[in-house]
Amino acid sequence: MMTKPLPPRIMLTPEQAKARRARNIAIGLSVGFLVIVFYAVTIIKLGSAVFRQVG
Amino acid sequence: MREAATGSGTDLPDTHRISLAGPADFIALLKPRVMSLVIFTALTGMAIAPHNLHPLLALFALMAIAVGAGASGAFNMWYDADIDAVMSRTQKRPIPSGVITSGETLGFSLILSGFSVMTLGFVANWLSAALLAFTIFFYAVIYTMWLKRSTPQNIVIGGAAGAFPPMIGYAAMSGSITWQSVVLFLIIFMWTPPHFWALALVKSADYEAAAIPMMPNVKGSARTRLEILLYTIVLAPVGLLPWFMGFGGVAYGCIAAIGGAAMLVMAGRVYTIRDGKFANKVAMQLFGGSILYLFLLFAVLLAERLVPLIGIWAGWIK
Repeated sequence: MMTKPLPPRIMLTPEQAKARRARNIAIGLSVGFLVIVFYAVTIIKLGSAVFRQVG
Repeated sequence: MREAATGSGTDLPDTHRISLAGPADFIALLKPRVMSLVIFTALTGMAIAPHNLHPLLALFALMAIAVGAGASGAFNMWYDADIDAVMSRTQKRPIPSGVITSGETLGFSLILSGFSVMTLGFVANWLSAALLAFTIFFYAVIYTMWLKRSTPQNIVIGGAAGAFPPMIGYAAMSGSITWQSVVLFLIIFMWTPPHFWALALVKSADYEAAAIPMMPNVKGSARTRLEILLYTIVLAPVGLLPWFMGFGGVAYGCIAAIGGAAMLVMAGRVYTIRDGKFANKVAMQLFGGSILYLFLLFAVLLAERLVPLIGIWAGWIK
């Protein structure tokens, strides 16, 4: 069976790889911060009742 | 061939180019200086509102407003990349300088717009979120895509986008729109034309080259100077309204009166000194002076609310 040759891959230059890594870290930090914000907002909106045990 | 393999050629179309942009370049897309002004005016709107929001929620709400403003700034840079490349003031922005691609900018702007509106709705209330969404729409579509390139009244009507943040801040805290927040809106709305037209008088060649119909290019220098004076005559008493309505104190009243008088003097000088080497100088004085005027108005309003709170917290005031 004949396999189709793969298209040529794009090789990132060191600058491009470095910039992509920096962008990925920034996106990761932003998403992490958003998780913290939404968690904190939820706890604040629910108030102290969230820590009270039922029964 | 090498360029195609690495995708770094600046002559390649955007879709074939691999970005070299770092986080700092994306932050530049948000127009940090405009963002800082938005934070400042929105915070003042929050400070004069009846407080019923947890301080941490208020902080998150302020951040959402700032990100929303930044997102609309990024959209503006995406749409205006062609004219930014022509004007000396904007040539170094991320898209014309080739650092960030158009596609990245549009995606970044749309994602931040959506997240900022949803976050503000979740953190504060949906009235403020709706106001933020309208502000982004107004700046991106009404001003950037429509008015800016079609009418010399562009910054008069478009100035509303810059005037909304204190109203959004007020609505985030109180869940309502009142005359107090409308007055803060009016101050920035009336301040915008003399502020920008003073700059447009000096940079008219730039706007001419970019084919943007600013007032000096379309109606001429004399008409622009007259309109600057007329808007300032309206602005000075509008600046005093917070004091008349009772939500600005004595300090605010004094600053608004002195600042309004100074604005009138500067606008009068722009109106009378039309030629010679001093013409541009007085226009730039008005441009710089107007920034100081607006800053002082909002700073005093903010200080009148925050200083007593800090005093109670620190024990200076019983």
